[in-house]
Amino acid sequence: MDLSYGKEIEAFRGEVKAFLKASWPPTGEAAKGSKEEQLRRFRELAISKGYLGRSIPRKYGGSEQAPDPLKGQVIQEEFAAAGAPMEPRGIGMMMLVPTLLDRGEEWQKEKFVRATLMGEIAWCQGYSEPGSGSDLASLKTRGELVGDEWVINGQKIWTSSAHEADFMFCLVRTEPEAKKHAGISYLLIDMKQPGIDVRPLREMTGGAMFNEVFFNDVRTPKDWIVGNRGEGWLVSRTTLKHERNSIGNAGQMTALLDALVATAKRRKIDGRPAIQDPEIRRRLVEVEGYIRAHQYSGFLQMTKDLKKESPGVMGLMNKINSTHIGHRIAKLAMEILGDDGVVAPGERNLMGAEMDSDSTWTNYYMATVGIAIAGGTANVQRNVIAERGLGLPRDVAADRSK
Amino acid sequence: MDFDLSDEQRMLQQTVSQFLDNECPMAKLRQLFDDEIGFDPVLWKGLAELGVAGIHLPAEYGGSELEILDLAVVAETLGAHAAPVPFFSHALASLAISLAGSAEQKKRLLPALASGERIATIAFSEESDGWLPEQWTLAAGATLHGAKERVEAAEHADLFVVGLAGGKLGVVDRSAKGIEIQRVESADRTRRFGRIHFENSPVEILAGAGIEAARRVVDVGLVLLAADAFGGAEKLVATSVAYAKNREQFGVIIGSFQGLKHQLAEMAIEIEPSRALYWYAAHAQDHAPGEASRIASIAKSHLSERYSQVARDATEVHGGIGYTWEGDTQIWFKRAMFDRVMLGTPRLHKNRAADLAGW
Repeated sequence: MDLSYGKEIEAFRGEVKAFLKASWPPTGEAAKGSKEEQLRRFRELAISKGYLGRSIPRKYGGSEQAPDPLKGQVIQEEFAAAGAPMEPRGIGMMMLVPTLLDRGEEWQKEKFVRATLMGEIAWCQGYSEPGSGSDLASLKTRGELVGDEWVINGQKIWTSSAHEADFMFCLVRTEPEAKKHAGISYLLIDMKQPGIDVRPLREMTGGAMFNEVFFNDVRTPKDWIVGNRGEGWLVSRTTLKHERNSIGNAGQMTALLDALVATAKRRKIDGRPAIQDPEIRRRLVEVEGYIRAHQYSGFLQMTKDLKKESPGVMGLMNKINSTHIGHRIAKLAMEILGDDGVVAPGERNLMGAEMDSDSTWTNYYMATVGIAIAGGTANVQRNVIAERGLGLPRDVAADRSK
Repeated sequence: MDFDLSDEQRMLQQTVSQFLDNECPMAKLRQLFDDEIGFDPVLWKGLAELGVAGIHLPAEYGGSELEILDLAVVAETLGAHAAPVPFFSHALASLAISLAGSAEQKKRLLPALASGERIATIAFSEESDGWLPEQWTLAAGATLHGAKERVEAAEHADLFVVGLAGGKLGVVDRSAKGIEIQRVESADRTRRFGRIHFENSPVEILAGAGIEAARRVVDVGLVLLAADAFGGAEKLVATSVAYAKNREQFGVIIGSFQGLKHQLAEMAIEIEPSRALYWYAAHAQDHAPGEASRIASIAKSHLSERYSQVARDATEVHGGIGYTWEGDTQIWFKRAMFDRVMLGTPRLHKNRAADLAGW
């Protein structure tokens, strides 16, 4: 067992540190122009050094580096420490770009990958529908080929950032005669056109991050399809080929715990700082036990990754572990807030810096319920673990496919 | 970055596991579980011949001079097999002598402990919550007067390492005068307790180190309990899943019912990530002294609580048979009770971890 990153990686860390010290925040010539221009120049520079866009070929704007989870980890650690921006956050870099690189046509890669990486265009994901949540493949939004165009009618829901997105990657039923999964295609759609109606959905926190999207004779060119007709389900399952990042999430959890401890030092229970309350102290340690287990499991998964071994059942548990830890932190935060737990939530902020304000915790108390649902509910996760991890029989569902 | 066991550590686990499969199969385990004394010297001797008794002891006294992680991976394997041997207490008692004994004491006492020829145990706990060195009150004179509680293997140990006031450690030989051992009916019949009463009993102080040595012994003990808990809990998840794949109701295996699938998934979710937690806690004992005590307390409280809960779930999964004496689940259920209390309950160690964080 050796927890050091090794000499070569530490030397690499030194290079990254030096680069960031010189380049972020921008100074002198680099600080000219709008924030967007500064950001763009910084990303270009970081790509030229091989720090960003590592899994993306050079011809599509990336830096095309050999996969190296440790270097990926070091870059993330150092960029976070310097407060420097990495690739644009969001579903475009996370889902669309890897899918295009794997299954897209040459012109599609050229048109979309670089622009997404540089943050020039933003994406939303058109998957869920009102009647199709966990049973996604039952989706009903129709696409008909009329001349050189797909004509799309139907409705998507829970579409994060649809109000800000330029394009949508969307699962659409194009082969109504085919079996459930085989009738779906993966289409790209320009969001800035008549026939698209984006209506915000207000969350229980009061925020509005996701939307309903209505399609009324929406059009997209015939060749804006990824994969063949009827292959959309498989295309959407394209494995993410990004450098695995299993430690990053535990780092966020640790930051949350630190913020919770800070809150417990600031707040009072029975006239003394909450941090002196024996029950609060023990519950903080209990939550920390779960976080540490999650964190070190990340080390173990990274090691398996480096050795090209399977992480086993552990690899299926990361989402539900984060969910459970989120619930535990949220409930403990409410205990620490005491009677101020009735205050309405403030601005959403899950990232540490301002986390220890009371209204952020009430937001988090609600937002963690959202985390349990988004991207596959906890019960769906339990099914996956039971079936793929423990080898128990699949639920009865005659029309299920892989 | 290599956060994984070495080939040697895996081999060590396999060797011990294979030995126990052969020498302590379920029928044998049940027999010892129901036995009045519950100790089989031949089984202990066999394990000792594999080197298990001296993994952590210096080579010059016959040990293998390996790390705490090596000791912990064996504890995991013994936990999975519910092995009815005094490995835990023997490891701590011999560690105490190797850390705090004088050169002469080590030379005289350790070889027979490293070979497993003699068995040593720890006598730390006092009337209530007295597990930690700073809590020990038994006065350290030339002789001892008083009692120690919850001493594992008290009835067949040859040597007692006793926790004394001020965090000192002393050694008392079983043959010393004034020792009275009372059997305590233990829930966990694979690791039995006794109460020791000392009346004018001569004690040999281990004067080579201060309270730090005693703390390290306790910290290593916490890690070993966490490892035992992981091994036992993982075993319970596996036997519960196997039962669910075998038992039929309504014409199908019960593992096809979503209620049970989700319960089994939650059991695995509770346990699986803590493998890395106990590994890290063990690793820290040799490589991160600054956080060794705190992470040991976190690992022990976390894993003993997870083990306790999984043991309840596993019993439920097995239905009526799980609740019987005849069923095997109870053996691990009761191991979890031992792991929860030994060296201090989760409450004590959460308090300790909070204190050590400076909160």
